[in-house]
Amino acid sequence: MTSTISTARTTDATGTRSRRPVPTPTPDTEFYWTEAAAGRLVVRRCLDCDVAYFYPRDFCPGCLSTNVDWMPCSGRATLHTFVIEHRPGPGYEDDVPYVVAVVDLEEGPRMMTNIVGVDPDPDSLELDMPLTVVFERRGEIAVPMFEPATGAAR
Amino acid sequence: MSGGVVIVGAAETDTLGRLPDHSTLMLHTEAARNAIADSGIDPRDIDGIAGVSAPGPLTVAHALGLEPRWMDTTSVGGTSFLTHVRHAVAALEAGQCSVVLITHGESGRSRVGAPRYAPDPASPVGQFEAPYGVTGPPSRFTLPFARFMKDTGTERRHLADVAVAQRKWASMNPRAKFRDPLTVDDVEASPWIAWPFHLLECCLVTDGGGALILTTADRARDLDVAPVRVLGTGEGYEGPGISMMEDMTSFKGFARSGAAAFASAGLGPKDIDHVMIYDAFAHLPLYGLEDLGFVGRGEAGEFVREGHTSPGGSLPVNTNGGGLSYTHTGMYGMFAVIESVRQLQGRAAAQVPDVRTSLVQGNGGMFAAGATLVLGAA
Repeated sequence: MTSTISTARTTDATGTRSRRPVPTPTPDTEFYWTEAAAGRLVVRRCLDCDVAYFYPRDFCPGCLSTNVDWMPCSGRATLHTFVIEHRPGPGYEDDVPYVVAVVDLEEGPRMMTNIVGVDPDPDSLELDMPLTVVFERRGEIAVPMFEPATGAAR
Repeated sequence: MSGGVVIVGAAETDTLGRLPDHSTLMLHTEAARNAIADSGIDPRDIDGIAGVSAPGPLTVAHALGLEPRWMDTTSVGGTSFLTHVRHAVAALEAGQCSVVLITHGESGRSRVGAPRYAPDPASPVGQFEAPYGVTGPPSRFTLPFARFMKDTGTERRHLADVAVAQRKWASMNPRAKFRDPLTVDDVEASPWIAWPFHLLECCLVTDGGGALILTTADRARDLDVAPVRVLGTGEGYEGPGISMMEDMTSFKGFARSGAAAFASAGLGPKDIDHVMIYDAFAHLPLYGLEDLGFVGRGEAGEFVREGHTSPGGSLPVNTNGGGLSYTHTGMYGMFAVIESVRQLQGRAAAQVPDVRTSLVQGNGGMFAAGATLVLGAA
């Protein structure tokens, strides 16, 4: 999987952490965030059900099996639903309006994200449009986001 | 218990809106005192109490000088009070207590004595939703609706139709915050909050409280009130985060909870005279009408636009004006129940003629928790 890590927008001149919210990894999610920091998107998969799931848990929510592994994602997704946020959340004050979305990963699971690299306009966003993952650096953490697959140059 | 469980008291705080002189606890106790007066019950007879976790029924009971032997602190957001009714019915029928007080108070606007809310950054929502600039309800609760539009053929302007229909009810209600007539163009001219939602398609933020008193039908015979019967109840749940919703076009907290309530009441949608559907945002009544089976999939928007839910329509919905025009403290469900009780007792501000049955659909969190009550006139 190829990916881009963007740092310019959210790391200040001294390189300190972004004002945007930073998740606190837990033992069952730490590998997800470690991989994200390296520019790789991974999800959990149940080897008994052969089903990928999100968010990460160390057992399968379908059958409670602990026979699960981590699955590298292609980084490809489609747009499931979105809003265009006009009132900024923490750390997004300079970026309104912006797109909050839920995407369908090619591997099956859905996740919340932002759509970047696109005009925050309903005419530029079509449900089911193809997307590609990118990562936004926030200190030690990198947060997966998506941009239109056709506009992958960044 | 043959006679079942009844609501014998239902009241709000003296006023609703901006109440900086009321702490959260004061809103609870004022509403409780008003509901006790409404029922005429001796407060020493109250032996059960329910409310959400902050300030909590233990604190509310002590403030009121009550000594309960039954308590429910279920805290699943704005539908909690409907859930408390369902749990109280079970407790009263089991003889665990004989009179239950359910209270709500929330300093949603003034934030006096109000708990702080921020998701734990280590929780699933804190790790996998909070990082994306979500502003709480305005950018999360609204998120499924673009999918709902595409999959059901519903139009964005149907949201405005909901706001306009509810304002018609509010215009008949002196206690409603917003009463001026509204057009679809007015709604569309209000600022964007989160596309596809304008300001007037989002609820108010107010201070206020409400309370209910439940007892057995047998016990209610001693009281000089028109008891409202609890005919059926249900509850249903999805995940703590909006991105975890399994089908963005249907909420299990409406569909499963509603089906359970209809089944326990032995009634169906065609038997219901009056409906309250929790409306933190204008899409909730559309989901509710479809998930509860009042209309078919994709039909709710036109049903509202054609006036069926408006004054004079075949299925009056949100007759107090709802969260969009009446009041919305943050956990609105209590006010929806109180409006249904008033309609069934014939004393609502915008009274619908001959209401014999009413359905109240609650929502908690953002499409996270649901509870349904089917209520009947005495």
